[in-house]
Amino acid sequence: MELKDKIVESYVAFENEINMNTAIHDIRSEALQNFEKLGFPTKKLEEWKYTSLNAVLKNDFSIFPNKENSIEFADVKKYFIHDIDTYKVVFIDGKYSSFLSDTTHDGKDVCLMSSALSKSKYKVVIENYFNKIAKQDNLTSLNTAFANEGAYIYIPKNVEVEKPIQIINFTTGNDVATMIQPRNLIVVEENGHVQIIERHQSLTENAVLTNVVTEIYAARNANVDFYKIQNDKNNSSLVDNTYIEQKTNSEVSVHTFSFGGNITRNNLNFYQRGEHINSILKGITIIEGKQHVDHHTLVHHIEPNCESHQDYKGIFDERSTGVFNGKVIVEKEAQKTNAYQQNNNVLVSDKSTINAKPQLEIFADDVKCSHGCTIGQLDSDALFYMQQRGIPKKEGKALLMYAFANTVLESVKIPEVKSRITKLIATKLGVNIGFDL
Amino acid sequence: MLKITDLHASINGTEILKGLSLEINAGEVHAIMGPNGAGKSTLANIVAGKEEYEVTDGTIELNGEDISELAPEERAHNGVFLSFQYPVEIPGVSVTNFIKTAINETRKAKGLEDMPAKDMLKMIREKSELLEIDRKFLSRSLNEGFSGGEKKRNEIFQMAMLQPKLAILDETDSGLDIDALRIVANGVNKLKSKDNAVIVITHYQRLLEYIVPDFVHVLHNGKIVKTGDASLALELEAKGYDWIKKELV
Repeated sequence: MELKDKIVESYVAFENEINMNTAIHDIRSEALQNFEKLGFPTKKLEEWKYTSLNAVLKNDFSIFPNKENSIEFADVKKYFIHDIDTYKVVFIDGKYSSFLSDTTHDGKDVCLMSSALSKSKYKVVIENYFNKIAKQDNLTSLNTAFANEGAYIYIPKNVEVEKPIQIINFTTGNDVATMIQPRNLIVVEENGHVQIIERHQSLTENAVLTNVVTEIYAARNANVDFYKIQNDKNNSSLVDNTYIEQKTNSEVSVHTFSFGGNITRNNLNFYQRGEHINSILKGITIIEGKQHVDHHTLVHHIEPNCESHQDYKGIFDERSTGVFNGKVIVEKEAQKTNAYQQNNNVLVSDKSTINAKPQLEIFADDVKCSHGCTIGQLDSDALFYMQQRGIPKKEGKALLMYAFANTVLESVKIPEVKSRITKLIATKLGVNIGFDL
Repeated sequence: MLKITDLHASINGTEILKGLSLEINAGEVHAIMGPNGAGKSTLANIVAGKEEYEVTDGTIELNGEDISELAPEERAHNGVFLSFQYPVEIPGVSVTNFIKTAINETRKAKGLEDMPAKDMLKMIREKSELLEIDRKFLSRSLNEGFSGGEKKRNEIFQMAMLQPKLAILDETDSGLDIDALRIVANGVNKLKSKDNAVIVITHYQRLLEYIVPDFVHVLHNGKIVKTGDASLALELEAKGYDWIKKELV
């Protein structure tokens, strides 16, 4: 049976199993119909021209994991940012793990989507925010249809969350192929401030497909820093759909670190609904083998006097492939917009590929919009220079790549995240040098 | 220390060095002069191990060991230092961290631990004072936006930090004003000892007023065609290279 049919058929069973919530029920049903109509994306769609899910979708995914698995913290500690205190919302094969989690309702809610969807005290927030900015496209609709579990984060007015929140989804591979669809909702009210780290981590060599949707709402003066660490196993694929709505004077930054996985597709969408908004989109991609990372970004400048800053660096070795599609829309009303976009790529091997496409649609006349895109190779003169000073070729290459990516790391505000990423880069590049540049 | 015998080398099929021989002992300063295109920079790059050049014949020995098959970093670990004619800009890597990495990688190759941070800082302070380098300069990205003089001073600073056995200065005087030239030359002279050797590649006699050579070689058409003492440089300055070319005919 085709995966699509299997999914559609299992919908009834899914709905029977969960706590019915009428408001969400209608949204889910509509989303299912939408997915039924659209199906999985194919390369015929412009948006999916360079990324094919065909091979991934041939796996016999189980829609619901067979049984719950428990894992020991010691075995997965390395996937956490564990040297600082954090809130944790952890899932194993799509099911909440209270053992690994550390949630709170103390002056804010850091908890589960399933309880937010079923308990009346969250009803207003769910009604106001759930699925309000998520697109009605194929994969987001699929996620919405099965939306049940994920992180629910609500930061009330004037609350500055004192420590970062980690959202981690583990997959253990009980099934030959596991598909999970986490659904996160993050609402940050006026003057609220929160830092979030998100990771999807397979603990198995079996196939995994994660189709995650995250909606983030930043009210006036709110401040959100979001870090996505993507360093998964070679048989794990990820479609990350993130939607962010910002109000006046808010600042939201999303850093995406893509170091591994089979196919990784990031759909990152910013909608600016207010003035003096700052949106920051940054990414480092370092991949090899046959890995594939696709960044599709959208910044929609709707009102005047706002800014967006995009800086994506990519390093592609062996037969790896990358896509960067950066779309910036500046509406007619959005005068005095400052929109910057940088995308720099290094092809380490002559078999690697990057498809880079800046897409600017500007309807206002008094704006500053810039975009720069480069594709190059490591500078052989610089390498020789470093070797001449005693730095071996491999270390020299690593140093050059690290220096290349460093502009993105500079804006990481959590030191422990920064040092973790630095270590991941060093491991990734197979060197043991401290990059304290 | 360095013994080059009948060296032939080419790049992209074009032969640049055509049977060059040169012997340098510890404690000596050798100047290599010659017209443009004679092969001076090629010689420097080949001794340092640049892969684009192909050694087709002859040997390069450093302290009795043939180094012509060694990687550039291995030659560096054996004490070869090249001050580049055009030092490369490396954005994102500061001078301090570059030299730290270079020193520690060299130590690692010799089976030594990293240099303690305190010792490293002390050495950086001493050597930057010797080259009259501002501390702010050390935290800037390597060579990025440096003036010609700053780049060359930074090369000699690195030489001071790495303490090579054999230093090759490839047109270190080009792009230097007279003050910078004096500082650089003073730095080189301070680093000179009976245990190391220096090769100065230059077009002009000017630098040799400050770094006085024991031998002056004239390189022409891929070979050393004349060798003399410091007075040969003066003669070349006065008469140009044409008289040597005529002598050869």
